[in-house]
Amino acid sequence: MTDQLRGEVVLRVNGVDRVVNLDNRTTLLDALREHLRLTGTKKGCDHGQCGACTVLVDGERANSCLLLAVAVEGRAVTTVEGLADGDELHPLQRAFIAHDGFQCGYCTPGQICSAVGMLAEVAGGLPSWVSADLVAAPELDDDEIRERMSGNLCRCGAYAGIVAAIREVADG
Amino acid sequence: MSAGSGLPRLEGRDKVTGAARYAYEYPIEDCLYVWPVGATVASGTVTEVDATAALADPEVVAVVDHTNAPRLRPAVTADELVLQSPTVAYRGQVVAAVVATTLEAAREGAEQLLVRYVEHPHKAVLDPDDPDLEQPETTNAGFPGTSVKGDVDAALAAADVAVDHIYTTPPEHNNPMETVAIIARWDGERLLVHDSNQGPWAAATGYGMLWGIPADQVDVVTEHVGGGFGSKVWPTAGAVVATVAARVTGRPCKLMLTRQQMYTMAPARTATRSRIRLGARRDGTLTAIDHDALQYSSVIHEFVEQTGSATRTMYASDNLRIRHRLARLNLPTPRVMRAPGKTPGMFALESAMDELAYALGMDPLALRLRNEPPTEPATGLPFGGRHLVDCLRAGADKFGWASRDPTPAVRRRGRWLFGTGLASAVYPVYQQGGTATARASPDGTFDVSVAAVDIGTGARTALWQAVADALGVPPSRVSVHIGRSAFGQSSLAGGSAGTASWGGAVRKACFELGRRLAEHGGAVPVDGLEVTADTAADQLPPDHARHSYGAHFCAVRVDADTGQVRVDRLLGVFAHGHALNARTTHSQLLGGMVMGLSIALCEQTIVDPRLGLFVNHDLAQYHIATNADIRGLEAHSLEHTDDDVTLVGGKGIGELGIVGSAAAVANAVFHATGVRVRDLPITVERVRAR
Amino acid sequence: MRAFRYARASDPADAATLVAGEPDAVYLGGGTNLVDLMKLGVLRPGLVVDVSRLPYDRIEHLPDGGVLIGGAARGGRVGRDDVLRRRYPALIRALLSGASAQIRGQATLAGNLLQRTRCPYFQNTTVPCNKRDPGSGCSAIPGAHRDLGVIGTSDHCVATHPSDLAVALAAYDAVVEVRRRDGTEVLVPIGDLYRLPGDTPWIETVLEPGDLITGVQLPPPPDGAVATYRKVRDRWSFAFATVSVAAVLTADEVRLALGGVAPKPWRLTATERLLAGTDPTDDEVRAATRAAFADARPLPDNAFKIELAVDLVAAVFRDLRPVGAGR
Repeated sequence: MTDQLRGEVVLRVNGVDRVVNLDNRTTLLDALREHLRLTGTKKGCDHGQCGACTVLVDGERANSCLLLAVAVEGRAVTTVEGLADGDELHPLQRAFIAHDGFQCGYCTPGQICSAVGMLAEVAGGLPSWVSADLVAAPELDDDEIRERMSGNLCRCGAYAGIVAAIREVADG
Repeated sequence: MSAGSGLPRLEGRDKVTGAARYAYEYPIEDCLYVWPVGATVASGTVTEVDATAALADPEVVAVVDHTNAPRLRPAVTADELVLQSPTVAYRGQVVAAVVATTLEAAREGAEQLLVRYVEHPHKAVLDPDDPDLEQPETTNAGFPGTSVKGDVDAALAAADVAVDHIYTTPPEHNNPMETVAIIARWDGERLLVHDSNQGPWAAATGYGMLWGIPADQVDVVTEHVGGGFGSKVWPTAGAVVATVAARVTGRPCKLMLTRQQMYTMAPARTATRSRIRLGARRDGTLTAIDHDALQYSSVIHEFVEQTGSATRTMYASDNLRIRHRLARLNLPTPRVMRAPGKTPGMFALESAMDELAYALGMDPLALRLRNEPPTEPATGLPFGGRHLVDCLRAGADKFGWASRDPTPAVRRRGRWLFGTGLASAVYPVYQQGGTATARASPDGTFDVSVAAVDIGTGARTALWQAVADALGVPPSRVSVHIGRSAFGQSSLAGGSAGTASWGGAVRKACFELGRRLAEHGGAVPVDGLEVTADTAADQLPPDHARHSYGAHFCAVRVDADTGQVRVDRLLGVFAHGHALNARTTHSQLLGGMVMGLSIALCEQTIVDPRLGLFVNHDLAQYHIATNADIRGLEAHSLEHTDDDVTLVGGKGIGELGIVGSAAAVANAVFHATGVRVRDLPITVERVRAR
Repeated sequence: MRAFRYARASDPADAATLVAGEPDAVYLGGGTNLVDLMKLGVLRPGLVVDVSRLPYDRIEHLPDGGVLIGGAARGGRVGRDDVLRRRYPALIRALLSGASAQIRGQATLAGNLLQRTRCPYFQNTTVPCNKRDPGSGCSAIPGAHRDLGVIGTSDHCVATHPSDLAVALAAYDAVVEVRRRDGTEVLVPIGDLYRLPGDTPWIETVLEPGDLITGVQLPPPPDGAVATYRKVRDRWSFAFATVSVAAVLTADEVRLALGGVAPKPWRLTATERLLAGTDPTDDEVRAATRAAFADARPLPDNAFKIELAVDLVAAVFRDLRPVGAGR
């Protein structure tokens, strides 16, 4: 039992352990942005209502604004900065550029991290609200992509490009 | 869906890798965090700000309120004059700010602050019978508050067919994904800000006015902006707080409004109530158009949404009357949101046109074609290009309008009712003068600087192409520098004028640089060659009515069990002249259509009149369209050349796509269900109210 | 957000020890609602005990054909479970209709059940709310109540329970496993978990301080059951229910639960009684559903929910058990 209101936290971000001294109140989002200088992850609503802060935690997409950093210790966090392989962009990053899947770009890191997690969910057999058949392996048509990506709002309205970009990567 | 041709965005790689830096993201040492505190009464006077508990936290550095804030000077609206007096004009108005060494301490300090008030009576209802309604002389963008041609009442009385209905739109919030964000520092009497805005020069001017210093003493850096849609046109109350905090503490201060704070510390769109009366002859010829628009402003500043402005220009009628009335409410001053005036006004007018078409038993497309004006109806000016009919015809063709049975509520398959609707779109051509600097270097590269900003429009990329074109060199030899007020006086990204205005300035600078280079025999001097151009004198004369046009065609399905509306297809055809970049232009048009669909179906800020409260101040309860709400979206640009347009040959595109799209949806809902929804958004209970 | 102490429970007993004598302690599961409310200042715990890593994230397929879902199980896990997908379609549909994929992936089952109302006045510390600030008054009744409750509400509170999943759990007669602070376990039928607001709207469940939801038992679905979940909302994804319905139907049995209308998942017991074992016409379904709203307390802007619920139930009957086809 600790009486401490803050302490050292080891955050594993993009494969690297980072030791930070954090207030218990600090969210993973603020730890990334304000303490680790990883500002690719965006704050849009800070309440899990927009998806701009989406990162991958142990491979699953999560809203980093609702995770206390101290509670994420020991888990593997992947941010948008960790998707590219050196200078080689992740296929989704390339596809978002090719299909103009963004305008202002502020929701984009969250969209891309979310899409990475979403494709893994589909591969793992997770159905969605629009899946007619809950048991069969999901077929990723456009309505499926739209539903599965609806946790990522885009106020510029780049949804058509986002769907096209994900479609291209999903179809290989 | 094709992204259109045109070069991909210059900053695309930075945006998809997270490298693109937005205002709040600059690593500035020793920076303090600022948390503004909003009033918890709708009207009143602050009697005490008790900061004892807040200041007990050693991480809290300062609490600023009206008693210790430095004096500001009037700038654009009174909302930005933060912490200047104890008077509270609306709930959520900034009454204090907590400054702390950590974000967590600033937020908790704000919670610990005890602000006491004497409450005064308040008014927060937009009521057509409000005895205190004002009749403003002018509206935003300089239109007359009232304009009358002919005798509308007599024409309505004599009309073969008339419709008379009231259309309302709720307050709407711009809700850019990036909230208002700023890092402010003072260096003596110089103010340095990294700021999220729609025009670094306008920001410098605004901060300069507020602080009583020349704009060139304000250095604004705005490399990337996470959307604006009108909410970041001028310094917002929220952002100004950071400059105050930096002044008080003498340290750099950063502030990012919470989503909730955005609802009162940044602007929004007013609610509107439009009574539209149309009179027509049997053959569909309009004989009278009457648009009576009611909207609100705050009690501290007059902002008049130009709700009736599109009605001035759309359809021919000998008798035309447009009136604006204004209520003054204890709510934040509303200001511009994407296509101010046009968006709510065209929802009303284009819905009314659909109603008139049904009253006449006439195809709504034919009704619009019938009333095509030879000159602009309100002004009599010749059009500087008018392509509405072209857009309507092309859209009808692409959409398959000709086979439409107009009968409402007869197309049912399973639980779905199907329907289609159309509406016109219009947006005026604006262009502002400004400066740009072009520099040639001996190594054969070129640098062009302009105080432009790319809020997602693709301006950076379009300007890069424009520079390469003007200089006649490959784009790889060109660097475009934007996003700094130090680059000189320049347009806003607003009124869809940004790219045209900046493009005009950079082209002029490039042409002049080319001439100067020719004088040097084509060789670049060792020190390089630099010219600065100013387009202030190159503006379009007010001798034509210049607009871009469009037509929306919409197909909906409505769940007969529940009344839920789904847009299956939204197709727009637009005439906007030359596009500097077809790809980003296409995205802009689609984005406008998506926002139009969103305001049609789900957006509304709910006012609790008892409390003077914007109730649903977050993205869970203020609904904007999700990816799942968007299907079958198509934007087509009509090939045409208008000689009499902007310096770059194009017209604005950023706002055109939103105008009229909500009416196209509502008209399709009527066709599907037989229910005419005249109040946005089109919620289930409205569709179900038979 | 008040500064708080944080402790990660190493085992269930440790969790109980940590919260003992700590009146302002809370358990942290996925945090999707807790952290949200802490940021808003609605909840101000002094101690946060992280129970998300306790061994309650399993899904067990029971010999009787039922399923036990651990309290710390997250949505992705639940949604991927083959047995649940095959045998409890209304549960999976309800799960997948809720929030966003991100929230579903983070939120735990226990946290889902115990999430707080999204009444905007409850979430805003600058306005009166009896649930947040007992005795301060209800702002929603004279204010913006369109999204709030029409039945089971009181003069003191009209909040709704926002969960989709809980609505389906109610239709499947789920039983909640609760570990008491003293280590004993109690079973609470989901219908008994929540308390109606009455004049104490701040008391929302029968749980006592320190109680931990460790799992939810799903009895085997009735033989031959068909089931679904339908949801009306203001946009097509990522929105709370305006009205939703979970239906589990057999030839002899009718189970209907509504979301979006009440302070808890609302079983339509009167309707179920009237329709059980019958082969009702559309009108009979509607009449029986209306009967369940005899004690409704609609407000001006949410009264539409009753007929919307009636239409939804009728639609679900039509889709699941076409008239005359089931017998």
